[in-house]
Amino acid sequence: MAEKIRITTPFTEEQSRKLKAGDSVLITGTIISARDAAHKAMTEALARGEKLPVDWTNQIVYYLGPTPAKPGDPIGSCGPTTSGRMDAYTPKMLDQGIKGMIGKGSREPAVVEAMKKHGVTYFAAVGGAAALIAKSVKKYEVLAYPELGPEAVARLTVEDFPAIVVIDSEGNNFYEIGQAPYRKL
Amino acid sequence: MRTIQVEKIVEEVAQMCKEAAYYLPEDVYQALKRGRETEKSPVGCDVLDQIIRNAEIAKSEDRPICQDTGMAIIFLEVGQDLHIEGGGLNDAINQGVAKGYTEGYLRKSVVAEPLFNRKNTQNNTPAVIYTKMVEGDKLKIQLAPKGFGSENKSGIKMLVPADGVEGVKKAVLEIILHASCNPCPPMVVGVGIGGTMDQAAYLSKRALLRPTNVRNEHPDYAKLEAELLTLINKTGIGPQLGGTTSALAVNVEWGATHIAGLPVAVTICCHAMRHSERIL
Ligand code: SF4
Repeated sequence: MAEKIRITTPFTEEQSRKLKAGDSVLITGTIISARDAAHKAMTEALARGEKLPVDWTNQIVYYLGPTPAKPGDPIGSCGPTTSGRMDAYTPKMLDQGIKGMIGKGSREPAVVEAMKKHGVTYFAAVGGAAALIAKSVKKYEVLAYPELGPEAVARLTVEDFPAIVVIDSEGNNFYEIGQAPYRKL
Repeated sequence: MRTIQVEKIVEEVAQMCKEAAYYLPEDVYQALKRGRETEKSPVGCDVLDQIIRNAEIAKSEDRPICQDTGMAIIFLEVGQDLHIEGGGLNDAINQGVAKGYTEGYLRKSVVAEPLFNRKNTQNNTPAVIYTKMVEGDKLKIQLAPKGFGSENKSGIKMLVPADGVEGVKKAVLEIILHASCNPCPPMVVGVGIGGTMDQAAYLSKRALLRPTNVRNEHPDYAKLEAELLTLINKTGIGPQLGGTTSALAVNVEWGATHIAGLPVAVTICCHAMRHSERIL
């Protein structure tokens, strides 16, 4: 297994542009969770000309809806959800300064175009590795939309959060690159 | 006539929800380990290591394997000589699901109405309940919580008899290729062949109750399972980021059908292939 690259947040465009599809990374710092309902609420707020409850400049968004935390734990199981459901909102969100996204699964071409424009990296966390990923989360603080429960926007303080670059800022897609050598149909 | 109290059913179902969410079945765990031994892609090996480690942590610490603890799918076999006392059977199942998901710190992922309002019911009910009457005086309960990352990639094709075995393989492969990396592979694939459209779908779900290391009793279908598995493992999908371990098993169930039809349904399940079972 190749060496893992350590990343600390804030995650700048300069950091993002250095990463290549297929790189394994460990993220330390803070990332911000948001999924379906929060994306809908935020893009609606933008359409109304309102300011967002979170400053997304140089942030990494994590598509997540965790299980409830057991007493004494910062968070429950917290693996990635399917990113594709956020695609309709993503170009607008990238205009807000997001430089990294963590989720699972493929993205629409419009998202990849917006990523190239803003120098954004899309990471995959291992789908279903939710108890393992929870080990890297040290703190969970709700920042906005608490009424959304597990879908609230929250800041996660993480140490060595494991992820893999699937689409880099140039649009190289590791889902395709990674599958091609093993496709024997 | 044997009598069983609904309280007992509520308790058992609550327990089953927690067990299923925390403990990956041994056969699936072993299949993952075998996949890790044969996996050709280095990134695929990294992913499988994480998935295996995850299952071990979940089991030893009583934590959900995945944050999507699913919609509770329940298969009941009710003995016709059994009397259930103290309330309705479906109510008891739903009470058990609500209790288990709340006590077990599982995620509540069910909305009451699908299109206009989509309000979360806050206790993961209602469950999807299939009930079959059988001989005897026992109650068999099987629970298969289903995550929707993989459910959303499931599908059905209404083939015609002339499509034959090759047509079935092609239909399954199309659904799998369309699903690609999205349903958290390595997948476990349930295939339902025959019946009507709805029954084929039901069979494809039921197929997932069978352990991954048990093949269909009918030799032709057992052979088809093996051939489909080989085919799926040649797609390159692998454990999410490419490789040779795209699926751990293909389980086929079949049923009688009409002279003009050949329905084929595919339920895709992720590596978090959870279930639990009780005979009361
Ligand atoms: S598809 Fe399965 S492993 Fe993936 S997020 Fe859903 S429930 Fe979890």
